[in-house]
Amino acid sequence: MIASGANDFIWWEWVSRESSLNKISSAAREHLVMTAITMAGGVVIAAVLSGIALHLPRLQRWIEGTATVIYTIPSLALFGFLIPITGLSLLTAEIALVGYTLQSLVTSMIAGYRSVPAHVIEAAEAMGMGRFKRFVSVETPLAASKLIAGLRIATVGTVGLVTIAALIGQGGGFGGLILEGRRLQNFSTMIVIGIAGSVTLAMLFDVILLGIGRVVTRWERR
Amino acid sequence: MNELWRFVTTASNWQGHSGIWSRTCTHLEVCIVSLLIAVSIAVPGGIVAFRSRIAALVGQTAASVVRAIPSFALLALIFPLSIRWGFGLGFWPTVVPLVALALPPIFLSTLTGLRTVDSSALHAAHAMGMSERQTFRYVQVPLSAPFVVTGLRIATVQVIATATLGAFVALNGLGSFIEEGRLEPNTAKLLTGSLIVSSLALGGFGALSLCERAVSRWREIES
Repeated sequence: MIASGANDFIWWEWVSRESSLNKISSAAREHLVMTAITMAGGVVIAAVLSGIALHLPRLQRWIEGTATVIYTIPSLALFGFLIPITGLSLLTAEIALVGYTLQSLVTSMIAGYRSVPAHVIEAAEAMGMGRFKRFVSVETPLAASKLIAGLRIATVGTVGLVTIAALIGQGGGFGGLILEGRRLQNFSTMIVIGIAGSVTLAMLFDVILLGIGRVVTRWERR
Repeated sequence: MNELWRFVTTASNWQGHSGIWSRTCTHLEVCIVSLLIAVSIAVPGGIVAFRSRIAALVGQTAASVVRAIPSFALLALIFPLSIRWGFGLGFWPTVVPLVALALPPIFLSTLTGLRTVDSSALHAAHAMGMSERQTFRYVQVPLSAPFVVTGLRIATVQVIATATLGAFVALNGLGSFIEEGRLEPNTAKLLTGSLIVSSLALGGFGALSLCERAVSRWREIES
């Protein structure tokens, strides 16, 4: 076995230390929590905005346009804008992260519900379905594949962006490891672990959502 | 707002190595180089993936893995390697994560574009006696072009916004205004940097939307 040390690409001995493992697992937990909060917030806000856009088509362009404009703001700058207002807090990071999810979520929600053919809605009405029932059991299943596609893009993006939250010293999950690794004379082990953790998490969410998508759109393949 | 106006209207802030002009040019340069590299990999990649099922599977898997790598993390990883291999600070370490960012959308949209070409159009081309090459050039390319441009548009917006991270590896681009503004702290500087970046990104978005409309003109004829 070749001796390994801090200058190696990955210093396995460091990884196997208990203090390191604790650090990695707490980074993972933080990353998960931040992603969950962001997605929950993003879905709620995007649902409200899409609802408005679907009922008032005149506002659709404005809502989609605003979401696109937010998306073009560099994450560093958005944190910079918000710090004077909300301080170096978790709220700052969450506002920015939620803002970035809106573009793909709103676009996919609007496209999804718009893709429901009018004759299907008429048929549901003719069957005596109420608005709520129609929404839950007719429109949502038909829009599901587009909704899931948007959700996947937003989730994978969010997992990546959470790392940038570390730059304002709040949360950041695996981003915290990456930043610390850079501070310690580019200690590559920490950087690699941070990246690997973040990528694994993103892929995990992506696969889970893909699976959910396949289950809820099973009727399409019948 | 007043401070912002003062910052933007001070001539010395526009000139020199760290002025607005120079930094905007550097920013655009790094974005254009990254996008060119990404297009020259992703478009041929998409074509190969369209022709071979294995290549499609490999490409799509790779795209979703690459999409999951945070740009900031890739930048942190590439930076020491770039110095060790003699590519230096600034430019090249920034290009790598930007190329990685731009590859998946362009690749996937090229593949989707080619796949959505109606098989009846291909049969018609064949029946007209077009060779494989002619079919590609006169049928598949124009019919899938709008999708490729859509992918490029998504990539462009992300690349322009993300190039700000270059400030961490000493790229003297627009990200430096944001980073300096954040550290000093100087809100006017920060706002200047981010407003320019956002306008560039929106400008790219608008320009490519126009391109998209231009290459999808055939749709109007059809309908």
